[in-house]
Formats: sequence, C-alpha cells, structure tokens
Amino acid sequence: MTSKTLPDLVPDAELNLPPEAERTLPNGLTVIAIRRSAVPLVEVRLRIPFGRAPLAPATLLSQALFTGTSAMSSIDIAAELQAVGGSLVAGLDPDRLLISGNALSDGLSRTLELLASVLTDATYPAEEVSTERERLVDHIQVALSQPAHLARVALQKRIYGTHPYAVQTPEPEEVRGVENAALRDLHDARLRPQGAILVLVGDIDPDQAIDTAEKTLGGWTGSAPDGSIEPTPLIETGPLLLVDRPGSVQSSLRLALPGIARTDADYPALTLANYVFGGYFSSRWVENIREDKGYTYGSHSLVEHFVAGSAWLAAAEVATEVTGPSLLETLYELGRIASLPPGEEELEQARRYALGTLRLGMSTQAGLAALASMYAGFGLRLDHLREHAASLTAATRDEVAAAAARYLAPSRAVIVVLGDADKIESQLSVLTAVERSAE
Amino acid sequence: MAPRIKIPATKYPVERFTLGNGLRVVLSPDRSAPVVGVAVVYDVGIRSEPEGRTGFAHLFEHLMFQGSANLEKLAHFRHVQGAGGSFNGSTHLDYTDYFEVLPSGGLERALFLEADRMRGPRLTEENLRNQVDVVKEEIRVNVLNRPYGGFPWLKLPPVMFETFPNAHDGYGSFEDLESATVEDAQGFFDRYYACGNAVLSVAGDFDVAEATAMIERHFGDVPARPAPALPDFFEPDLTTEKRASYTDRIAPLPAVAAGWRVPDPIGAFEEYLPFAVLAEVLTDGDASRLVERLVQRDRAATTIGGYLGFMGDEYQVRNPTALLLQAHLPPGGDADKVLRTIDEELDRLTTDGLKEGELARTQARMATRLLHETDAVLGRALPMAVLELQRGRPGLLNDLPKLISEIGDKQIVTAAAALRPERRASVEVIPGGAGA
Repeated sequence: MTSKTLPDLVPDAELNLPPEAERTLPNGLTVIAIRRSAVPLVEVRLRIPFGRAPLAPATLLSQALFTGTSAMSSIDIAAELQAVGGSLVAGLDPDRLLISGNALSDGLSRTLELLASVLTDATYPAEEVSTERERLVDHIQVALSQPAHLARVALQKRIYGTHPYAVQTPEPEEVRGVENAALRDLHDARLRPQGAILVLVGDIDPDQAIDTAEKTLGGWTGSAPDGSIEPTPLIETGPLLLVDRPGSVQSSLRLALPGIARTDADYPALTLANYVFGGYFSSRWVENIREDKGYTYGSHSLVEHFVAGSAWLAAAEVATEVTGPSLLETLYELGRIASLPPGEEELEQARRYALGTLRLGMSTQAGLAALASMYAGFGLRLDHLREHAASLTAATRDEVAAAAARYLAPSRAVIVVLGDADKIESQLSVLTAVERSAE
Repeated sequence: MAPRIKIPATKYPVERFTLGNGLRVVLSPDRSAPVVGVAVVYDVGIRSEPEGRTGFAHLFEHLMFQGSANLEKLAHFRHVQGAGGSFNGSTHLDYTDYFEVLPSGGLERALFLEADRMRGPRLTEENLRNQVDVVKEEIRVNVLNRPYGGFPWLKLPPVMFETFPNAHDGYGSFEDLESATVEDAQGFFDRYYACGNAVLSVAGDFDVAEATAMIERHFGDVPARPAPALPDFFEPDLTTEKRASYTDRIAPLPAVAAGWRVPDPIGAFEEYLPFAVLAEVLTDGDASRLVERLVQRDRAATTIGGYLGFMGDEYQVRNPTALLLQAHLPPGGDADKVLRTIDEELDRLTTDGLKEGELARTQARMATRLLHETDAVLGRALPMAVLELQRGRPGLLNDLPKLISEIGDKQIVTAAAALRPERRASVEVIPGGAGA
C-alpha cells in the first residue's frame, strides 16, 4: 500500500467582520444592524433585560406574548407574520427575554411593525392565556421526565444555592397560579426599550434597517426598573450529590467549577485548556471515555456565561454499570490537565479548532445574529471576536497550564450524578464521599 | 390584504462531473464566507441492511470514522478539528452521509480524509467492539432513557409496513449489534461503498479549477467499483386502517402519530410536492389549520407537527414514504378524538378549499425556511449531494422555493383528499411515567 501525505492547511486570511451600523434610538433601544446578503432573509433578535423577574409569570409571559393585541388575535399575528415568510418566538433565561425569528428581507418592515404592536399593545386575552398556561404546565411535566433536564436542575441548585440563577424552571403549580393581570403588570413594568438591544442580520442595508426600526419601534417607550442581579456565589465543594432516578439505564454525570467572564485576561487560556480537556471531540475526555472505553456516546465541557457570573460545566451520559469507572476517568483527566502542561501538538490542535470555530460561527446570518445578540448582552460587540482571536493565538503553553491549574482543579469541583441510585451508589462511594439528594 | 410578497430564489452555481472511476462530483462555489463544506454520500441506508443485522448501516457509519489506510484511529477527528473544522455523519433510510465544515484553507485536507476512507476503512475487532458499545449508549441516550424515544420514526414504520426493509428498527437491537462481525463490515463495504455508488460535493469558498484538481489528485486513484443494483422497496398501500399502541415507561403524557403513504418522491415528484405544502398548511404555526383547531380551539393537543419522510428528509428519501402528523396530548388526552378531528379538518379542506391568502403565506414561510438552511455551507453541500445521488439534479435546491410557490389550491385539495382514514397507520403512546 502506498502511503499518502496529509495535505498542509492553507493559512487563514485575516478575520473579516461584516459591515454593520449601530444607533441608540431616542426611546433608549439600541439597534445593531449587520449585512450578510447571501440569502434574501433577515434575522431578528430582540434582547430585553429581564433579571429578577418573577419566574413563573416571566416564563408564562414568554409563552403568551404573541396571543393577541387589541386589534389582532393570535391567529392574525401568526398569519400576518407568515405572509412575509416570518416567525417570531420568545424565550427566557435568568438574564433576559429574547424574541427571535426571521423573515424574507422584503418583510423586515412588516415584521417589526407586528413586533411593535405586540410590545406596545399585548392584551393577554383570557382564553388564549389559559391555553398557553396549560401547555406550559404540560411542557414542564415532560421536561421533568428528561434526565438531562433533571440533572441540570439538580446541578444549578447545587452550585447557585439561594442565588436567583438556582431555579430556572417554575413548578407546574406556580404556573397554574399565574393570573392574566400578573402578565399585563409584568409586561408593563419590564418590556421597555431602555436598555434593550435589537439585532438585525441579513440581506439589508444596515443604516436603512436602523431607520426602519426607528420608524416601526419608535412608539415603544419607557424604561424598566433595575433588574441587575448580584454576583453569583462562590461554589462550595462537598460530597458528590447523588440524585435517584430508579430504572435509569444511564447515569447523567455532571461537574461544575467556578468560571470566568469572556473579558477576563485568563479566559483565552482557559478556553484552550478546556478544549484540551473535554470541550471538543478530539479532547482527552472524549477520546478516553468514548473512543477508548465505550462508556458514553458523548461528553462535553464548556464555560457557561450569565451576566452575573460564569461557571465551567461538564456533562456525560454513561452506562449505569460503568458509572464509577466513568467518574474515575473523568477525575483522572481533570487532574491531569490541572497538574501537567498540555502537549505542544495537542495545544496547537485545540488552538486551530478554537480559531476555526469562530469563523464557522460567523459564516451564516443566524450564527452572526446569535453571536451579536449574545455579545451585546454582555456589553460586547462583534469586534470582540477579533480581540478574542488574537488572544487565542497569543496564549502560551505556560499560560494554558496555569489557567488549567487555577480553574480546572478537580479538588474544587462539585459533582452531581443522576441515575439509578441503588445500582450506582456503591460504585461512586469507592471514589469519593456521596450524599443522596433528599428529593 | 397586503400584496403578496415575492418569493425569492437562490442562484448558487452548480458544476457537475464524473471522475474516470465513476465517482460523481458536485461543486457549488460561493465566496460570501471563508468556509467550505464537504459531503460524501453513499447510496445505502437502513433499508438495505440484512435481516438479523438491524442497526448495521448505522454501526458501519461509526466504523468509517475508525481509521483507514493512512489514518490511525482518532486521526480523522483530530485532522478535521485541528483544521478548525467540525465533522459528522448520519445514517438515513436510503443513504448515509459523511461531512466536514472547515475554514476554507482546510479543503484539501478534508478531501484527503474522505478519499482515504473511500478506499477502505480499517476494520478491526477492537474498533468494532468499541463502537458497538458507543452505539448502545447512543440508543440509550436517544431512545431508552428518555421519554418518547424513537417516536415516531422507529415506532410507526412497523405499523405501516409489512416488509423487513421498510418496517424494521433502524437503530437496531442490542442482540443484532452485538452479533455484528468484522466480516459483515467488510462485506457491507465491498457491496455498497463503491465509488460508483457515491457522490462527493463541495460548497462554499473555493475556486472551481483548484478544487477540481484537488479532487482528481485525491479521489482519482480510488479503485473503480460499480454501484450495486438499486433495490426496489415498494410495497402496496394500506387498504384498511392500521393502529397500534405501546407504553412508554418514562413518558408522562400521551402522544399519537399518524402516517399516510404519499406518491413516489422521485418518480412522481410533481404529485409528491403538494403533500410537502399540505403538511405546512396543516401544522406550520398558530395560523395553520390543525394548530388552530387542535391546540388553540379544542385544546386536544399540546403540540402538533407535520412533515414528509420518517426522518423529516422530505427531498432526500425514496419510495415508499409517508406524510406524518404527530401530536403530544394533555393529561388524559384522547388519541382517538385527535385522529377523528384530523379527519374532520381534512374533509373540511377537501370540501371548502383554502381560505384567501392561506396558501400564499404558507409558501412564503416555506421559502424562508428553505433559504435559511442554504445559508450554511453544509445546508448546500449535503442536500446537493443527495439530490445528485438520487435524482441527478443538485440544482433542485435552487428551484424548490419557486416550485413550491407554483403549487395551487387545487393540488392541495387533491392531496388532502388522499389522506383517508382507511389509508392511515397510527401509533399511540400510552404514558407509563410519573404524572401519568
């Protein structure tokens, strides 16, 4: 067999940012418009700060926002949006309400008109809200049967304690108790343009798109009370928390460590250390517990950012019978990255992946819209990509090793495992102290 | 009524050629972002796996990532991600795809990697056992350990179809997966993974002449092997209604899915396409017929969705296939009543026709969704490869928004009239989990 040589990579051209414009309108709404004209569409993201909003009403509001205005029913709104190829949905996290969607680019003005009518004139009609309330309860009921959701709920409680981030999904009973009036009050208080950020990306002229936004959304006015959230607490270590899910044929393994913000000087080095550990397929963790041992279909680690704090999270679903061995390998790999510097070649591989991923993320309208909106929520703009790319390029092996020692040390990690407790407790307790969840 | 919005079209260029060894190639350059997508699709899928080897097409897909002549185990992953890219593969009923998306400087590397495994993967006992374990964990994550696992794509085919290729579980039984041998894998490769049975496509930021030279360089010496005869999986339509139910031990709420056979997606494309539009008329958004009726008005369903093809790959599936509707129901929900209401709404559509503007707005939204998908390089490379493989027509991707916009009310009504209860197969999920 003749052996063949792997072709060299052609070095990347300089990172080009797309043309954009930004303006804060007289009503306090910031509009960022970005041109990517590859397909004749426009992506819309409206981010409204929603920190400290009461959880159950806020969640129901996000489901019921498009149920009607004084002039239109929910069906009218949906049909009018559809007529310009559009769709809008609202979603909630502890920091913000995000309205997102897209439309044919010729339909931008109409889409924003409909958005404006909902923002200024949502009526939360009783019948429709009642339907959405029941649907939300059903969705929560289904979520409570999903292991990934249950593991996340347990982990968030474990790391955030009494902080507002600790609970991100309301109880069904709380949702049932939300009155229509509470939605109207919450809407009036919090859905305000001051501090909100609208991102438009697509086949648009950025300045004209901002003019269109000003024309359609200029009548939306007011400001919301301060919704800023206190910084997240330090993560307290303790015994492994074991959550029982009888009959589970897999265990959901979760680890968390304190994270750092995107703007922290150590962040690029931590990003690279995390990739080497478990942040992509060609990481030590995946190569070990999947490709060598076959314990899992996949595992992944990342830094999750909220406005009031960041946390490093690692997740794997592993076979029940190898739950202990999976934790053993996980702690080994975490200890290894925190104790020994990464190899030169594996670091370069992770660096090229990190830089390539930035380019791929910017290569579509939807990717740009997600990035620009997410960055804007943290006070950053797309040009942060260039800065971040430069820091990733510059981070040295020593800096990566130092970041790993500082931020990925297993001695500081909290561990939550959801699974069939009777089958996995003895496997886990040979490795670390285990405490069964009271719930 | 506002004037109807103009349905736009994309004009992605399409170059087609065939190498001397029979490998078909599709190139679609577009330099709007510095990234490329590379896809290789093979004309073999779940329907071709032999009895006693359920899940084998998918298991074999995993083995294609385990090394080849010039690549050790793990090398494929490392070379793609070390070029700044991402990779994956997926096994469908009628084809299996392998793909990478990378910054454009990684194009030649991706071509090298695909060519190397097209010459032949390294099939070893150790890698096979490892990937059987990985696939079992994949099935646990996606089917066994979650509510509604495999619903309805694994649960409805055995109700609707009689023959093994169409009816069996494509993820496979653990017993069959564990029985798989290296010899099985070699035989599967020899039979189906011929370059004459494959299409390579590249989309994104590249120069056609340069890419053509690279493709010749890397794929030109892949040994010529002809495609096996294309199997015919036809079986007769249902003449009486078929129903089934099963208990999902994790699911807290009931659900139901129904399917009706549709015309041949390739041989009768003109008759097939109206069903794609009908599925959206029925289920796309709050203003669609079944969402308005079942979710908003009757509250008989929490969600309802509709689509063509068991894997939702409506333009990438062969005959026989189906239009599917699937609904999740509230506590105590009545699947029977949901099916009766669907019948009633189909009758109403057949009798009264569409409302003013109803079809136009559905077509506009469908155009947005199609265009949205093509904005990503893989959203072009992958469908173009399959459209070449199955139809010799990769440019159909550019034409779909227009073809959909030309469907008229009469075709929708004709399609709706075909969805009779006696042609329907349905499967109901009985909740066995907490809260049920």
